[in-house]
Amino acid sequence: MKKYIDDWVVRENRKLTDHAFLLKLQLNRELPEIHAGQFVQILVENAENVFLRRPISIHSVDPETRTMDLLAQIVGKGTCKLANLHVNSSVNLIYPLGNGFTIPINNKQQKLLLIGGGVGIAPLLFLGQTLKKQGFTPIFLLGARSAKDVLLLTEFQQTGEAYITTEDGSLGEKGFVTNHSLLASGDFDFIYTCGPQAMMLAVAHYAKQHQISCEASLENRMACGIGACLCCVEKTIQGNLCVCTEGPVFNINDLSWQI
Amino acid sequence: MADLNVNIGKLHLKNPVLTASGTFGYGIEYADFMDLSRIGGIFVKGTTLHPREGNDYPRMAETPSGMLNAVGLQNKGVDYFINDIYPKIKEIDTELMVNVSGSTIDDYVACAEKINELDTIPAIELNISCPNVKQGGMAFGTTCEGASEVVRAVRKVYHKTLIVKLSPNVTDIASIAQSVETEGADAVSLINTLLGMAINIETRKPVLSTVTGGLSGPCVKPVALRMVYQCYKAVKIPIIGLGGISNWQDAIEFILAGATAIQIGTYNFIDPAISVKVVEGINEYLDRHGFRSVRELIGGLG
Ligand SMILES: Cc1cc2nc3c(=O)[nH]c(=O)nc-3n(C[C@H](O)[C@H](O)[C@H](O)COP(=O)(O)OP(=O)(O)OC[C@H]3O[C@@H](n4cnc5c(N)ncnc54)[C@H](O)[C@@H]3O)c2cc1C
Ligand SMILES: Cc1cc2nc3c(=O)[nH]c(=O)nc-3n(C[C@H](O)[C@H](O)[C@H](O)COP(=O)(O)O)c2cc1C
Ligand code: FES
Repeated sequence: MKKYIDDWVVRENRKLTDHAFLLKLQLNRELPEIHAGQFVQILVENAENVFLRRPISIHSVDPETRTMDLLAQIVGKGTCKLANLHVNSSVNLIYPLGNGFTIPINNKQQKLLLIGGGVGIAPLLFLGQTLKKQGFTPIFLLGARSAKDVLLLTEFQQTGEAYITTEDGSLGEKGFVTNHSLLASGDFDFIYTCGPQAMMLAVAHYAKQHQISCEASLENRMACGIGACLCCVEKTIQGNLCVCTEGPVFNINDLSWQI
Repeated sequence: MADLNVNIGKLHLKNPVLTASGTFGYGIEYADFMDLSRIGGIFVKGTTLHPREGNDYPRMAETPSGMLNAVGLQNKGVDYFINDIYPKIKEIDTELMVNVSGSTIDDYVACAEKINELDTIPAIELNISCPNVKQGGMAFGTTCEGASEVVRAVRKVYHKTLIVKLSPNVTDIASIAQSVETEGADAVSLINTLLGMAINIETRKPVLSTVTGGLSGPCVKPVALRMVYQCYKAVKIPIIGLGGISNWQDAIEFILAGATAIQIGTYNFIDPAISVKVVEGINEYLDRHGFRSVRELIGGLG
């Protein structure tokens, strides 16, 4: 897939919580083809000690308005700078990067479960929207610390069924995503997951036990994002593979995870 | 339009802007962002006789104005390069050069011999300076004897342009440059990465799986420039300067310090089209200052 490097205009920078924000970016021409699960490398300018670009998943895309949404969490100096970008300023992106999730071809009755934790829900909305367009009804299971950390719930509810767990029980069921009663049946055709490593491992374990196909989106640290530096590798059954080009989405059976 | 041609040994380059090994893949990774034919040449990824898996993740740490890497020469080996990669890249209309790495002299020799057979690879860059492999690598590049020994052995079997890439992790880089010149190297390139380290204070552990790694990016530029300057005074063979170049002004500095050509490494990650911009910037600078050829600028400190 062809990759691009362009300046995008910030149309909105919405603070969602003290630690999370949504950037709406617009391009001055038609958007190229972009798949759910792909990411961008964003250039963070004028931030002290930020040198490399930052990889951020594509949260949603609207070809009509030529916009792309990014959902990010403030964890350090780069994301802090992005959270403070002004409307109408511009940011430079390399995009769309990585492979994207597998979209099932037939049988729209399949039960597709999308499990996200924290800001790992970012790529799952785009995935859900893509699945919905194809006639599926995606089922979201979203985990957060507490009610106030549950991000953009309405958007998820508009796209499919949405279930919540919070660690303190302030919304949805109390506990981790893998404790949710929804999982008791084990009756799913495909699971997609993105979030903290520990959560993805638990989800992968569940999927394996129930023999459900499962894809996980990884967030290894990157330098180039385009397959040139080999910094972002993950151990797989085929040896070390670049997460930025062979991933970020992997079938869990291809990873060397101890599950 | 000034004349941008330069020669490195028998190798003729259309302009002095090259891309550094390990930062530019096999070139094709950058084809969507720039016209590869507009740069002078590409040093492809470090290639070894046998396949290497490289070091464990994490292999990278961002540092002020730069980064540490500990990739450890992950590559599929020279035979894979010859059979699977070379056919896909050989039509690229610029000079393709292979960065040859090894852990024993026999490995370097065997690898160089195989690459000698490839028609459109006019040069190799002998990497005797990789800080990220346990054996060999930098060990050869940190003593005059070690450097001489590898170059002598490879020179016997390699008949095209032989460039030797020097390690900055030495007290006197000029003496190493002289040693490899004596053994018949056609040029030297410098610098490879500086050995460095980063610690995560929350976990109280090193950030890199290998503890130490190679520092690159704008933070190393003053050191690299100084070393190019020292080597320029010590050897007659051409010097290819690199280390932290992030714009055309940096490139001009290296040329003034004595570099015949330059390489751009880490900055390709920030701006994948930087190398073409540097070509344009050098050209405009030459025109503005009334130089007819970039060669007039080499070592041209006032
Ligand atoms: C393919 C991909 C998609 C991603 N998608 C999103 C997204 O949609 N939204 C989002 O908020 N974040 C996402 N991330 C993570 C995001 O890239 C990092 O949080 C960001 O780079 C941190 O930058 P910073 O300058 O704020 O933090 P820094 O100041 O660089 O670091 C702050 C802390 O975070 C740690 N850290 C930094 N980067 C990473 C990383 N990649 N993995 C683990 N720890 C890290 C550092 O060690 C440090 O402790 C994604 C990462 C990848 C690889
Ligand atoms: C991720 C990475 C991988 C590298 N791999 C190699 C390599 O395989 N062989 C080599 O000679 N140098 C390698 N280098 C060193 C660069 O070619 C260059 O010498 C160094 O980074 C300094 O230049 P820069 O500051 O412009 O990056 C690598 C550097 C980086 C950042
Ligand atoms: S980040 Fe450079 S290869 Fe993946």
